Amino acid sequence: MNTEKTNDIDISSEETIIKIVDMHKWYGDFHVLKNINLSVKKKERIVVCGPSGSGKSTLIRCINRLEEHQKGQIIVDGIELTKDLKNIEKVRSEVGMVFQHFNLFPHLTILENLTLGPIWVRKTPKKEAEEIAMYYLKKVMISEQAAKFPGQLSGGQQQRVAIARSLCMKPNIMLFDEATSALDPEMVKEVLDVMISLAQEGMTMIVVTHEMGFAKSVAHRVIFMDEGEIIEENNPEDFFNHPQNDRTKTFLSQILY
Amino acid sequence: MEARRNKKNEVTLKPPIASVGILGWMRKNLFSTPLNTILTLIIISLFWFSILPFLRWALIDASWLPGANCKESGGACWSVISSNYKMILFGFYPQDILWRPITAILMLITLLFISRNRNYWNSFLGYAWGISLVIIGILLKGGIFGLESVEIEKWGGIILTLLLSVFGLTAAYPLGVILALGRQSRMPMIKTFCVFYIEFIRGVPLISLLFMSSVVFPLFLPKGFAIHAVLRAQVAIIMFTAAYIAEVVRGGLQGMNKGQYEAADSLGLNYSQTMRLIILPQALKIVIPPSVSILISAFKDTSLVVIIGLYDLLKTTKTALSEPKWMGFSTEAYIFLAVIYFICCFFMSTYSRKLEKELNTGLE
Repeated sequence: MNTEKTNDIDISSEETIIKIVDMHKWYGDFHVLKNINLSVKKKERIVVCGPSGSGKSTLIRCINRLEEHQKGQIIVDGIELTKDLKNIEKVRSEVGMVFQHFNLFPHLTILENLTLGPIWVRKTPKKEAEEIAMYYLKKVMISEQAAKFPGQLSGGQQQRVAIARSLCMKPNIMLFDEATSALDPEMVKEVLDVMISLAQEGMTMIVVTHEMGFAKSVAHRVIFMDEGEIIEENNPEDFFNHPQNDRTKTFLSQILY
Repeated sequence: MEARRNKKNEVTLKPPIASVGILGWMRKNLFSTPLNTILTLIIISLFWFSILPFLRWALIDASWLPGANCKESGGACWSVISSNYKMILFGFYPQDILWRPITAILMLITLLFISRNRNYWNSFLGYAWGISLVIIGILLKGGIFGLESVEIEKWGGIILTLLLSVFGLTAAYPLGVILALGRQSRMPMIKTFCVFYIEFIRGVPLISLLFMSSVVFPLFLPKGFAIHAVLRAQVAIIMFTAAYIAEVVRGGLQGMNKGQYEAADSLGLNYSQTMRLIILPQALKIVIPPSVSILISAFKDTSLVVIIGLYDLLKTTKTALSEPKWMGFSTEAYIFLAVIYFICCFFMSTYSRKLEKELNTGLE
């Protein structure tokens, strides 16, 4: 994979779009997320990495409230996530999410998968929703598959459809939860390419991934998590070349062979 | 083995002749080992000695016409049917206006057949159902448009069986789905109610529910206020079937991948949209086979209404048989009854297979 920097967007003057303050989360008695503080600027691209079980997926799932946090604050695009269902649905429609296992709706065609959100959440007329859907299908390079069902597509194609499905909602933020981990190796690149082109267009992205090449070339900031805590965060260059924390060093030595 | 060429002009080998075709099939499935050969021969001889005499009894030696003297012929006495079919099929419905129930039943069956095809599922079909149900009601009940009024007590036979089952099943299914969703609800009151309802109904036989609806329930009604026995039986059947449907649907809901809920949530769909558009279409598809089993058994269970004095198909048949002239010919009458039930149940199960095929989209 190319490790050159993508054309860099200067984000120093952008405003904050996600703000997480002193956030904690427990599963029963188990303390999964400890004292998380994170703010993300508009158009910023953050890669979250760390060993499995470190809480990185849980962290991004808190951002669109697929998981509930018990303490602290999460503010997304000016809306604080509380028990208020209206706020949650509003935030979810602004935040796109791509899952490890695609989670396409198998009983609907590709086109129907894409138009579902716009039609029912955004109340877009069907014809217009289909135009939007075809636009994004072209963008992820599978417009010719629109009439098929998800089960008839390869893993890489399904994941690209899943990305297009999120984009149809015109989100301000995209979350990627190990989007390439379930793919066969030869399909990883086609999905990463789509993610890179999104990055170049200035999408705010938080990406949980093990693809360190992607982190090096795309991220503004890399965050390393272990045992529910943010251990280290830095720009990719310093993160990979001069890791500060011992746990980061161990982790990097294990994955960069 | 001779070589041949396929479409791409590649050389392929033909399978050995003895492994294909009828001969190959017989050899593989019927005569593969000495034991299998013996079993096959035994079964063929059993067929020979049971089916042939039955056909002889049922078809060749049988008497068919209403006036035939059955006692003298050695075969089946289908005269019991041809003399009593009005009684068996329509109970005590006045025999001079049988065109009314016949038209009503034909309308109902036509609508069911049209509704089989999912391409016709649109609002027009909905209106057609609405209007037809009103017409069917008027035809059966009468009392307006110069039609002679017929009391509900007189509705019997296939009219009653069809009404109880068609409305029982169509009302029980959505109710069962709602109960299943309620049982999964996070709201404790709703959840407790649904669990209690389902467990209570499933712990009680249908017969006792029917008894309760006919004996106990009227005690709670204010004086001078009566709900007709047919309606009470109908409600009991709906309540009973719904509890079973609910458990089957719950099975389907639990079989759903958590990712489907998450994907729907992450798009911002609300609870009812998620259920209606994403979860139920998939969960209900998974449970088509067990649901149809329940619907089929509920259909047959409608015959239990005899115990609260309703004249369904089974009861009218018995009534016809109670005439001294037809004593001893119950076999024929029950075979006739079995055929009617079989046709209905077979229709349901073929339809379920058709639906399953249509809805198969090659899930991952």
